[in-house]
Amino acid sequence: MNLSQLKPKAALPEPEKTHLKQATQGHRFDAELVAVTKSYGPGAPAVDDISLRIPRGSYCCLLGPSGCGKSTTLRMLAGHEDVTEGAILIHDEEVTHKLPVDRGTSMMFQDYALFPHLSSLDNVAFSLKVRGVATTERRKQARAYLELVQMDHLADRLPNQLSGGQQQRVALARSLITRPKVLLLDEPLSALDPFLRIKMRSELKRIQKELGISFIHVTHSQDEALALSDMIVVMNDAKIMQAAPVREVFETPTNAFVARFLGGQNVLTSDTHQVSVRTDRCRLGRSPGMRSLEGQIAMIEYQGNLVRITLQTTLGDEMTVLQSDTEYFAQNPQIGDTAVMSWHPSDEHVLDPMQAG
Amino acid sequence: MATRKRKRPASFYVLATLLGAYAVFLYAPMACVYVLSFQGPQGGMSFPMVGWSTHWFQVLFQGTGGQGVGDIPSAFRRSIRLALIVGVLTMIISVSAGMAYRRKFPGANFVFYSAIASMVLPGIFVGFGIALTFNLLGWRVNWFSSGIGAQLTWTLPFGMLIMFIVLGRFNPAYEEAATDLGANARQRFWMVIVPIILPGIIAITMASLTSSYEETARTQLNVGTGNTMPMEITGLLTAATSPVIFAVGTVTTFVSFSLVIASLLIMTRLAKRRSSRTAQ
Repeated sequence: MNLSQLKPKAALPEPEKTHLKQATQGHRFDAELVAVTKSYGPGAPAVDDISLRIPRGSYCCLLGPSGCGKSTTLRMLAGHEDVTEGAILIHDEEVTHKLPVDRGTSMMFQDYALFPHLSSLDNVAFSLKVRGVATTERRKQARAYLELVQMDHLADRLPNQLSGGQQQRVALARSLITRPKVLLLDEPLSALDPFLRIKMRSELKRIQKELGISFIHVTHSQDEALALSDMIVVMNDAKIMQAAPVREVFETPTNAFVARFLGGQNVLTSDTHQVSVRTDRCRLGRSPGMRSLEGQIAMIEYQGNLVRITLQTTLGDEMTVLQSDTEYFAQNPQIGDTAVMSWHPSDEHVLDPMQAG
Repeated sequence: MATRKRKRPASFYVLATLLGAYAVFLYAPMACVYVLSFQGPQGGMSFPMVGWSTHWFQVLFQGTGGQGVGDIPSAFRRSIRLALIVGVLTMIISVSAGMAYRRKFPGANFVFYSAIASMVLPGIFVGFGIALTFNLLGWRVNWFSSGIGAQLTWTLPFGMLIMFIVLGRFNPAYEEAATDLGANARQRFWMVIVPIILPGIIAITMASLTSSYEETARTQLNVGTGNTMPMEITGLLTAATSPVIFAVGTVTTFVSFSLVIASLLIMTRLAKRRSSRTAQ
């Protein structure tokens, strides 16, 4: 093992949390992909010529349907997958052909991959053990990281004696102890039940802010991406559809795929343009100065403070109107009713027709 | 909530009787052997018991039984020595093969099937073939050369198959995680893979140990001058006219059970040590 590569990690922290802060200075981007392609054979590439810059200290979500290449992208960043073409940079330094351990990245696996024969503490201490750090020293440091994820009270447990959420915390500590510049998370919340998922995602966000490093998080859940991200990268068919700050991706999707995948948008044709209109800006009923579309109410979902009404248009498209509950109870529409959906022309956002999903 | 106990269907009693009959068929004759091995010095090879003694065990261990009772202690030592060596060799080769087969390589299928085929080859001809070949080449058959080789043709296919299954089910994410955390190939093997597949490794070693200990078809022509246990016992069965043969049965059973219990103890101790490990 090349010890000089470990230098940035050599100065290890005292157990106080403030000293766990891992951000460093003096670079432009935490991670950068330059025209990266990954192909496994003669067929269509798994990742097709993508470029991406992730600003410092960002929580970045790679979002897309399964098979879109988001996991492959993450694994290339981690160094667990070779890059066919292109370059990968971490902290402005090229790492395309470096070993995973020499990149300054650390990966948290989907099923956590905690070593089943080691206690939580020894799992966390593993990376120090392979570097030859003495037992008492590495356990002391590992304990500090278990404290960061509030797992120090279960330090002696084996992974199979921990719940999913607890295993995830241990996995997180095990990754963070390597003092990564960028933490890579492969669908970290998918194995958890919905309640824990929401709890753990705020935990992830808290730790990311505390450490000040970038997290790159692969997910197929729009909610998760919206809740966590500073930056969202929407992928489809091996390509990046849109990479932008979360608000921009939600409010001004570049094309129909992004608009549909993020949800919260109706994609429709207006003046021969394909446009998106936010579902919460659409209303039932005709009003002067507003554009409209006729259809039949196919579904009504009561969600408490909001009500989601699905309209089947005469052309067979499905449109959604998101109403406040007050508005809904005032109008009281019924399934099967003929209804008109209307929206203000200024709420239309023109989509890029080239990449209609 | 009190639920009324449901009546068992008639098929339960039929099947239970069948199971009972099977158990009696299996264990009753064995029990006869164990009881008869404590026959008095004047007793014969069948009931009734003429007093109780450990006479026939003494005869057995002194190897002075005459009447076709050969040198059982030496045969036992020979067999155990062979079994230990074959067990360890099978373990090492199977684990190495298992590791190699996690990647595809040219000729992998050919090597795999040719190794597995020896499971279905008739053992006696495999043994005969090895002996003939040694003869042809002008080499002497010996326990440490042809003997070990012949036994490996029997234990290796099983060991390798088990290892392929164990490593086939090994989650590659463990290894990737170890790589991610900075472990090199050697550290991955010793600190991650071996501890996780250790139960499989122990199973292979114990299985090949016992199958080596019991093997005759391949062994008998290739082991050289000294007899192994099964050969000795077969000889005894055809020649002996005294309850020494029952004593052999009792001792053999005892040894087998000890082996099984020992390996079970090792396994549970391992499991216990894992779960009760306290990190300072």
